[in-house]
Amino acid sequence: MFRFLLRRLALTVPTFLALMFVTFMMIRMVPGDPIEVRRGERGISPERLAELRHEMGLDQPIWKQFVDYVWGLAHGDFGVSIITKNPVLQEFLTLFPATVELSVCALLFAVIIGIPAGVIAASRRGGVYDQSLMGLALTGYSMPIFWWGLILILLVSNTLGWTPVSGRVDLIKYYYPSVTGFMLIDSLLSGEKGAFADAVRHLILPTIVLGTVPLAVIARMTRSSMLEVLEEDYVRTARAKGLAPYRVIGIHALRNALIPVVTVIGLSVGSLLAGAVLTETIFSWPGVGKWLIESIGRRDYPALQGGILLISSIVIVVNLLVDLTYGLINPRIRHAR
Amino acid sequence: MKRTITLASALLVSTMLAAGAAGAKTLVYCSEGSPENFTPALNTTGTSLDAARPVFNQLVEFERGSTNVVPSLAEAYEVSPDGLTVTFKLRKGVKFHSGVNGFTPTRDFNADDVLWSFERQWKADHPYNKVSGGAFDYFNDMDMPNLLKSIEKVDDLTVKMTLNEPNAPILANLAMDFGTIESAEYAKFLLDKGKPEEFDQLPVGTGPYQFVAYQKDAVIRFKAFDAYWGGKAKIDNLVYAITPDATARYAKMKAGECHVMGYPNPADLEAMGKDEGLNLMHQAGLNIGYLALNVKKPPFDKKEVRQAINMAIDRDSILKEVYQGAGQKAKNLIPPTIWSYNDAVKDYEYNPDKAKELLKAAGVETLSSDLWWMPVQRPYNPNAKRMAEMMQADLAKVGITVELKSYEWGEYRKRLQAGEHQMGLLGWTGDNGDPDNFFFLIGCTGAREGGQNISKWCDQSFEDKLQQAKKLSEKADRAKLYEEMQVIAHEEAPNVTIAHSTVYEPVSKKVSDYKISPFGRHEFYGVDIAE
Amino acid sequence: MPVDVSLPAITRPTAPPSPLLSFWRSFRENRGAVLGLAVVSIVILVAIFANFLAPHDPFEQYRGFTKLPPIWVDGGSWTYPLGTDALGRDMLSRLMYGSRISLFIGLSVMAVSMVVGVVLGLAAGWFGGVVDVIILRIMDLIMSIPSLVLAILIVAIIGPNLTNTIVAVTVVYLPRYVRLVRASALTELSKDYVTAAKVSGVGPWRLMFVTVLPNCLPPLIVQAALGVSDAILEAAALGFLGLGAQPPTPEWGSMLADSRDLITSHPWVMALPGIAILITVLAINLMGDGLRDALDPRLRKS
Repeated sequence: MFRFLLRRLALTVPTFLALMFVTFMMIRMVPGDPIEVRRGERGISPERLAELRHEMGLDQPIWKQFVDYVWGLAHGDFGVSIITKNPVLQEFLTLFPATVELSVCALLFAVIIGIPAGVIAASRRGGVYDQSLMGLALTGYSMPIFWWGLILILLVSNTLGWTPVSGRVDLIKYYYPSVTGFMLIDSLLSGEKGAFADAVRHLILPTIVLGTVPLAVIARMTRSSMLEVLEEDYVRTARAKGLAPYRVIGIHALRNALIPVVTVIGLSVGSLLAGAVLTETIFSWPGVGKWLIESIGRRDYPALQGGILLISSIVIVVNLLVDLTYGLINPRIRHAR
Repeated sequence: MKRTITLASALLVSTMLAAGAAGAKTLVYCSEGSPENFTPALNTTGTSLDAARPVFNQLVEFERGSTNVVPSLAEAYEVSPDGLTVTFKLRKGVKFHSGVNGFTPTRDFNADDVLWSFERQWKADHPYNKVSGGAFDYFNDMDMPNLLKSIEKVDDLTVKMTLNEPNAPILANLAMDFGTIESAEYAKFLLDKGKPEEFDQLPVGTGPYQFVAYQKDAVIRFKAFDAYWGGKAKIDNLVYAITPDATARYAKMKAGECHVMGYPNPADLEAMGKDEGLNLMHQAGLNIGYLALNVKKPPFDKKEVRQAINMAIDRDSILKEVYQGAGQKAKNLIPPTIWSYNDAVKDYEYNPDKAKELLKAAGVETLSSDLWWMPVQRPYNPNAKRMAEMMQADLAKVGITVELKSYEWGEYRKRLQAGEHQMGLLGWTGDNGDPDNFFFLIGCTGAREGGQNISKWCDQSFEDKLQQAKKLSEKADRAKLYEEMQVIAHEEAPNVTIAHSTVYEPVSKKVSDYKISPFGRHEFYGVDIAE
Repeated sequence: MPVDVSLPAITRPTAPPSPLLSFWRSFRENRGAVLGLAVVSIVILVAIFANFLAPHDPFEQYRGFTKLPPIWVDGGSWTYPLGTDALGRDMLSRLMYGSRISLFIGLSVMAVSMVVGVVLGLAAGWFGGVVDVIILRIMDLIMSIPSLVLAILIVAIIGPNLTNTIVAVTVVYLPRYVRLVRASALTELSKDYVTAAKVSGVGPWRLMFVTVLPNCLPPLIVQAALGVSDAILEAAALGFLGLGAQPPTPEWGSMLADSRDLITSHPWVMALPGIAILITVLAINLMGDGLRDALDPRLRKS
């Protein structure tokens, strides 16, 4: 087991190094210049441009910039945003809780609805429930989520007025300091009446939008995994022994069926972050996804580089953890390649 | 459990009552983005400048809602007869904010702060010159480094500014945001603490509102400054709710989550006008959106071709579909609200047949061209892509095949200035209300490669008048020259002047005394809100 | 329908009399799949015959008739059955021409990633060792960057247009194909018939492409079908962010983005392109599910 762990860890190191190099080069290949972008209609004289580029170290050869960057990284320094002049790590850390909060809620939403839906569908295989649930799941899986978000805003917020359109909490009614960065927790800590409920109201639509695709994937996965398990001998035996169906399904089958589902949930972290980019853009959610998109637009090299590096590292680490857990649960995986 | 809740709510009610008794008024402004930092001299975007404005003052200021220059931190100023020195008499007893970032001022505002603020932008050896990147764009753009000879402290409350040459618009320039006066004492306080970069993130100023907190992409909070020299603001708490999406801003207005919003979606204006709870305020904008025709690229070197394009484009439709009526058709480069506007110029009428004839006369039967559209929404052009698509259809009708092109914003402007395009959309928003601030756009200086004159048009008689007008001090003499220049520009048609957009701002009916700024600023001192 | 076309090419060593017929039989059982196939066929027909079917020129701007609602809403007219957009262009015609673009993107991405994926996957499986490690690490690298961010970065570098959208989406989806081909190739390579072929002196090229590849095809075909729908979605997302096809191309994603400012005042203009995307993608996915079940019951898992 320990060797397996070491091996997997060792494999992530070159990936990470390559990631650092490739993103660095790619970002510098993007046409445009961070100084030019912020000048708008006024433009800038070539002399002044050269001067500013020099001050930011943009006139150095690329390899020198890269070495400097890696050197900084080795010291935990992700550089400073060209636009705001704040340390990139600090910007990332202030925005990251918002993304985590949204992603965790979306994942919970997907799991809480997806697993029961999959179980019901599997237990009524071929029936009306199965077909309609799986039809819905496939629809969710096929959803263009940017459109889904806009439609929900249009119907639920604009027409019915049930939920707010954007933001994380009503700023007029509630004012409390950001302690953890997680609005749900902060609103509870603040002790302000109604703040928590308000934060929840703000979360509903983004959660649904971001959770839709994972929900569909989980429901489909649970169903097929359940079907497979239900065919296995021990389940048949349990059934033959006359155990109540809910015991068969709920205890014997589900426990085993969930193993691949858990893997899928773990592996969906990457796609969840990709979905967060669109969701945050639509709902003006102050998270890292929206920040990354804006950084591309502003050619904010350090922010973009640091952001991609941090997010990708998280994806790599989560995938590694999923691999390890899976290896723990299922020893056969350890030796397979 | 139940008891705790009751107790908590009782407490809450009592605090709320207390707050109500004090009459705490909160105004929420739905802003469109996060500021880069809070030092106006470092910034160029309206978003960043708006965010810093409540905290600060300049020596002289634009009167709220107009382009008039009025005294502010300088209670009086005097320009010498030769126009080379300006002497500012500073206001006495002006306090800086106290308690921001652990800083308590020990003295009132004085000449040291004025010198500190300008020297930071001017002198490379100033301790704060390089802090936060040190790109003092406006200071450089307004040619201050060449214009300024010296700034001297005569006594604590007198500052003398000496210029290298006379410059009539200097006071209007100093009223711009880069002329903001910051606290030299706060700067030293942070330098001693070893955290100079906090200077631009946690601002201390003399303005009507004191900075409280800022959360990136979420909110900026200010509170009224009790000891403000102009009298305490009527609003106690000023909140900027950062909401980048225009539709979302409007929804928040409707829900009462904000009271003032900027940059409404043109398509929503009609509904806003009908909204009972809103005042849809508007004012002619100090801007111009135009299509530049690159005279360096044949056949656009021919006057007839440029005139034909002016006639081929249906600007009335553009005004209707792109601006949603929120603008007026432009026949001159400057908007009618600026003095010297020549109303006698006769606008080109939409006439595809005549355009075809002109093209034929110029020997142009068919033509393939590119047309560039900027990838961003600008005050003078709410939707460049849509506009470009309409122009493409219009030009197709007179036999011009147009390919649409765009680049990322910085790259876009750079390539236009290099003259890579044949036709390109761009525009301008005025800085100080002076005609020169517009006409330099089509002057010869900018026509060089990389210059701001993107039609690359250089007409000697136009240029002579432009230079002459800058040196004159009599407004009437200048106006005459500018009027003549408009006739030349119209005849030569280096660009298609499309429209001057109208600035619309929905304001809650609860808000009183809000004024739209011709510069596109958002200012809240003097504004009141009903409970 | 590339799937049907490529099917007869499958030659299994132990092939039943008519693989196509047995495939069709089991595919037909799945009603959803048949429905999907029907809708996909309609979309394909619309795409091919858009110039005959569309009532108007998709680029013609009817200036006096902008932002008309669809026929079933008050104010709609039969002249423009689905209404008009912000510039007065007929929505129905634009959607019809848009199906060409979306299908073209989907199929191109699928085709290119299939070819590249097969080559890289087989190479990784066949050569093993360093080649395998390098290819796998590169794929890991691609997968560790959030897909949309990577696609945006690529488009930002090479410039936004239709071809570059295809390039970006292909890169993002490539790892799936490579890993799939590699995994099936490894399985097949360990089987007896391959050893037999090796022993009897079959050359490596012939062995890879003629002996092994056909046996990796069923899962690949399923992946290809689902890959088309994923590519359409991803390309639409890029279009939505303004990085896809350039104006006045009637690409669905960018049509949606262009009408985003009309969401409150004229919601139909925004809603319709999204519905078109959803229907097309859903139909392809339904068909893909059916394909999977019919081709290989073992694959039912995911």
